[in-house]
Amino acid sequence: MVYDVAVIGAGIIGCGVARELSRYNCKTVLIEKENDVAMGTTRANSAIIHAGYDPEPGTLMAKYNVPGNKMAEDICRELDVPFRRCGSFVLAFDENDMKTVKRLYEKGVENGVPDMKILDGDEVRKMEPNVSAECVGALYAPSAGIVNPWEMALAMGEQAVDNGVDLELCYEVTGIRKENGNFIISGKGKEDIEAKFVVNAAGVYSDTVANMVGDHSFTIDSSRGQYYLLDKSQGELFDHVMFQCPGPLGKGVLVAPTVHGNLIVGPDANPGSEKNDVSTDRNGLNHVMTASRKTTSAVNFRECIRNFAGLRSEPSTKDFIVGFSEADDHFMNVAGIKSPGLSAAPAIAADVADMLLKAGVPSEKKAEFKGGHKHLRFKELSDEEKAAAIKKNPAYGRVICRCETITEGEIVDALHGTIVPRTLDGIKRRCNAGMGRCQSGFCGPRVLDIIARELNMDPVDVLLDKEGSYILTGKTEKGECR
Amino acid sequence: MYYDLVVVGGGPAGLAAAEEAKRNGAGSVLIIERDKELGGILNQCIHSGFGLHVFKEQLSGPEYAQRFIDRLEGTGIEVKTDTMVLGITPEKSIYAISEAEGYMKIDAGAIVLAMGCRERTRGAIAIPGERPSGIFTAGTAQRYINMEGYMVGKKVLILGSGDIGLIMARRMTLEGAEVKAVVELMPYSNGLKRNIAQCLDDYGIPLYLSHTVTDIKGENGRLSKVIVSEVNGYDPIPGTEIEFDVDTLLLSVGLVPENELTRSAGIEIDKRTNGAVVNEDMMTSIEGIFACGNVLHVHDLVDFVTHESERAGKAAAEYLKAKKAGEKEEAEEPINLINGDFVGYTVPQKVTVSKVDKFIEVLFRVRAVLKNANVVVKCGDTVLMSKNHEQMLPAEMEKLIIPKKMLEMANGKDIEICVVKEGE
Amino acid sequence: MLKTITCICCPKGCLVTLDTENPEETIKGFSCPQGREYAIRELTCPMRTISTTVEIKGGLHPRIPVKTKGDIPKEKIFEVMEEINKVSVTSPVKCGDVLIENVLGTGIDVVACRDM
Repeated sequence: MVYDVAVIGAGIIGCGVARELSRYNCKTVLIEKENDVAMGTTRANSAIIHAGYDPEPGTLMAKYNVPGNKMAEDICRELDVPFRRCGSFVLAFDENDMKTVKRLYEKGVENGVPDMKILDGDEVRKMEPNVSAECVGALYAPSAGIVNPWEMALAMGEQAVDNGVDLELCYEVTGIRKENGNFIISGKGKEDIEAKFVVNAAGVYSDTVANMVGDHSFTIDSSRGQYYLLDKSQGELFDHVMFQCPGPLGKGVLVAPTVHGNLIVGPDANPGSEKNDVSTDRNGLNHVMTASRKTTSAVNFRECIRNFAGLRSEPSTKDFIVGFSEADDHFMNVAGIKSPGLSAAPAIAADVADMLLKAGVPSEKKAEFKGGHKHLRFKELSDEEKAAAIKKNPAYGRVICRCETITEGEIVDALHGTIVPRTLDGIKRRCNAGMGRCQSGFCGPRVLDIIARELNMDPVDVLLDKEGSYILTGKTEKGECR
Repeated sequence: MYYDLVVVGGGPAGLAAAEEAKRNGAGSVLIIERDKELGGILNQCIHSGFGLHVFKEQLSGPEYAQRFIDRLEGTGIEVKTDTMVLGITPEKSIYAISEAEGYMKIDAGAIVLAMGCRERTRGAIAIPGERPSGIFTAGTAQRYINMEGYMVGKKVLILGSGDIGLIMARRMTLEGAEVKAVVELMPYSNGLKRNIAQCLDDYGIPLYLSHTVTDIKGENGRLSKVIVSEVNGYDPIPGTEIEFDVDTLLLSVGLVPENELTRSAGIEIDKRTNGAVVNEDMMTSIEGIFACGNVLHVHDLVDFVTHESERAGKAAAEYLKAKKAGEKEEAEEPINLINGDFVGYTVPQKVTVSKVDKFIEVLFRVRAVLKNANVVVKCGDTVLMSKNHEQMLPAEMEKLIIPKKMLEMANGKDIEICVVKEGE
Repeated sequence: MLKTITCICCPKGCLVTLDTENPEETIKGFSCPQGREYAIRELTCPMRTISTTVEIKGGLHPRIPVKTKGDIPKEKIFEVMEEINKVSVTSPVKCGDVLIENVLGTGIDVVACRDM
């Protein structure tokens, strides 16, 4: 079997491209080295759909951000992904910052960002009372939003698979060669995959993948950014995304609500990080906490429920790299997708698909393009709807994750989705079980049980997260060590 | 659906409260339990050491629970297991769901909150490092091992020397794991001395005081190394790092009362206990809603939970009787119990003096290790009473009996409970 | 030789001191008769109870908690664990049911700790 397109990397970009291609009668394979989609940068970032005033006009970042922002809302509505157009502030704390705010405003106008306003400190505090008294003004951009990025990638990936895209998980690409004009992709312990076109959406590893076809035109540095995720008790402190003005000392940290009702604070920046290093460190976390105090002193960091770190691609070109490679005109790089990558992703995906179709990928539209899945989110239902849901399926009447009020029915639904999770974190990403303040301390054993039961697995084989992340070592009575 | 009394939670607190309320004529009583069975966390606490005060013998957790469960028989107390309370209103309506009965609205004459507590996690104490598998709270590991029958690791480090951490050190050793050490941030253990003796010393497990976990490393997805450093106060001292090659880290770093329902009802919460503010009857800021056990404040011994919950159950029954008789509450404003030097919190936080029978029982914790010190009850500058203690530890809950006479001497003013070191 | 023993009889955890040469005469620090007895026995033949679980078929959970009904010699803890691990029971079991009689000749039974 020869695929028309092989997409390497199932993050927000890879899933988006696969989804766009699945509208057409072309054969696409989506290749991912981890055991689930959205396992890299997509699952660990600020989860913000930027308005688009940040990128320098003329860059690809500027080109894709504003249209991507608009498309994100439609995709999230279509695929039932949490999204909220909450707006953002860039806070200024002195005259220099106000100059930056003005410059951002001007860039925003040039990039086509709608409805921006420059506010003074009091106007800011009127809208966000927890902003520090030191704030002298801000750029307000109502079109910024927040989203659940991994759910967005997953929903797009699922729609792609529903519409005929093949998904190869745990497939780490180790080499790409050309035979008879086609690409032969090989993976560790896997069968080769043959494809006419390759899309390189391998995130921080996209330089390595480009090298496989002799493309050395860019390198990707990975910059580790650390975050605090705070309990819902802190989630109502802010309605909007609160940025700080970028200054000579760095980009500043943001304080923002999440679509789940938590509060996120971060990130710092650690360029030159290992490409698999998502650890947190004491100094970095302390830095984030201290830096956030400039924005507000209202955050109670004792209410932190999780720290995490994500890697951002920092391309040597300083801009997104989107287009066919100089080394091979059937090999397309979609690389260096740094901030505002999440916001730009929908527009990038559409454009990439467009370029592929123009280059010869079969462009006949499918007669039927299947829509997204609707998710039952028990917690969000009205009293009557809750009663009806349990009547229809009693499993919605058993709460498994008590912090987030996630029912057994929702977990079972997730386990029978298009892309089947086989890990506790896979369940967490699909229906939030374990996302809450006890961090799966209570529901972990119960979710593990349900996974084993529904997928007919030995509980010992159920993983926490990536391959190798086993939870249990065996039954107790074996007493293997003695 | 209406019950005179609804008890939320069927662990030791809920069971004791329900039974005592029923004994005191509470009318129709319902216990709502989210798990498939009654007993709460006792079901997984299979070690011995419960019941010395209440039953004058050493029982395992399941045995202790079984005594209460057996006693339910014939009382007419109703139980709904596998039922989750989603919300409580100030008007004492309870919204709950279960597979069997669907979505329910249950009205109650009185409510006892007995939801217990949850464990603090890695995130709550911001332990840096990687995020491999193999990091469990001690209670989660306890559930896997004691109830599900699965081991969680082979080479283990335990952070936190509270009783759960110590008990799990022994339990994992018995099941064949190698427990390399227990690490404690404070310069003293938060566990009972007997647990250090029988859980650590018996098996040669070292205890590192004034140390904490400063880095976590994984290999192929599973924990492979934990770095431990000595601390000065709370700050790690560079150069003191010790590497432990372990595949498992258990966290026993504190418990937090689980008060999301309490908050949703609009009940006043005490920041020090993370539980409701209660009076001498364990009544919260909403009339007719009571709280007891670990949802009110974290206890060291289940016997004390039982005792406190019986008080709450009895008070709920009295409240219901008074309400039925149409008696109007006519009492003066309650006085506050103020936390003075070295006192971390008190329960109750408020007292309505005229309603006290002969004395009140105040539970409190000190904030430091104190040797040869006096617990002093004051009103302004007047010392009402003072009692010497040889030693007091933050890990051990203290009890103070204040006779009604003393409370009356305060003349309606707030009283302060503090600790004064001998000779100061 | 002077020895200090932490009493494990109750949560108080008294520190009992005694001279190994002459324990009966030198013992102090205990606050009850059990504590006195415990410390003296600890010198010659330390004893412990153990709690663990055994497999149960047809129960609400896959394991049922059990304990030794009395103290067994401390040195036999791991041998007794092995004996207990050989046992599998079938529901229903009542709290107090004897699952192993006189485990390893210690004179102590292993009993179930709950109904299941």
